[in-house]
Amino acid sequence: MPAGTLYRGREGMWSWVAHRVTGVLIFFFLFVHVLDTALVRVSPEAYDTVVATYKTPVVALLEYGLVAAILFHALNGLRVIAVDFWSQGPRYQKQMLWTVVGIWLVLMIGALYPVLGHAAREVFGS
Amino acid sequence: MSTAETTASGVGPVEGSGELSGYSPDNPAPVIEPPRKRTKKTPKSTRGNFEMAAWLFMRLSGVVLVVLVIGHLLIQLVLDGGVSKIGFAFVAGRWASPFWQVWDLLMLWLAMLHGANGLRTVINDYAERPNTRLWLKGLLYTATVFTILLGTLVIFTFDPNIR
Repeated sequence: MPAGTLYRGREGMWSWVAHRVTGVLIFFFLFVHVLDTALVRVSPEAYDTVVATYKTPVVALLEYGLVAAILFHALNGLRVIAVDFWSQGPRYQKQMLWTVVGIWLVLMIGALYPVLGHAAREVFGS
Repeated sequence: MSTAETTASGVGPVEGSGELSGYSPDNPAPVIEPPRKRTKKTPKSTRGNFEMAAWLFMRLSGVVLVVLVIGHLLIQLVLDGGVSKIGFAFVAGRWASPFWQVWDLLMLWLAMLHGANGLRTVINDYAERPNTRLWLKGLLYTATVFTILLGTLVIFTFDPNIR
């Protein structure tokens, strides 16, 4: 195979892939989330029972993943808007992606205790 | 060596130009219609500007959703004990205020439409057989309409004294 014919993309392509994947995942969660919230029209007990599963350690990890997907999709979405509407956007798209990743990392470290703290206490004892 | 006649500007002589062309402000050249100009004979476009409107909607709703959803995550997962405090009583407390009702309603509609349009794009990109596209989009639109209506109904008919 001749060298260099397989397009592996760069920052632009991989951020596009990540935007798609996170978008689809968030949309599927949204269906489930509207359905579980709809249980408030059934009975308080039905709602509280389902919400109790949201408080288990395993689901807490999934929630941390959800926060990760939403924060990336939100920050990268703002970058896409800047690329489309700001005259210098396309020129700085790489720098903006690394800014997005940087802010995302800081926010994810900040979310660690609030989202996973209760799960850690339950698993390791408080 | 170049065999073509060239002028100092690099542009060769233009046929029919100059005084010998016979055209002047009093005797203008015939107008040639631009090839892609829309005329009365052009068939009417059946697509309109839907794709452009969808593109713009993704960006406008996206900006609003960043605020609505990150605020939602802060309230539900971070502040005041995080997920542990959520229950029927917590929902009743928040939906007692029209502000949060409108917040959640707007978030529901914008997020569902934003997500549905995103998935429509994904289906258009990867599903190649016309039948597959038809069924996937039918499923998508059905689920979207159902979820938006269900969520709207729940917000508007919520009863804190259900029991």
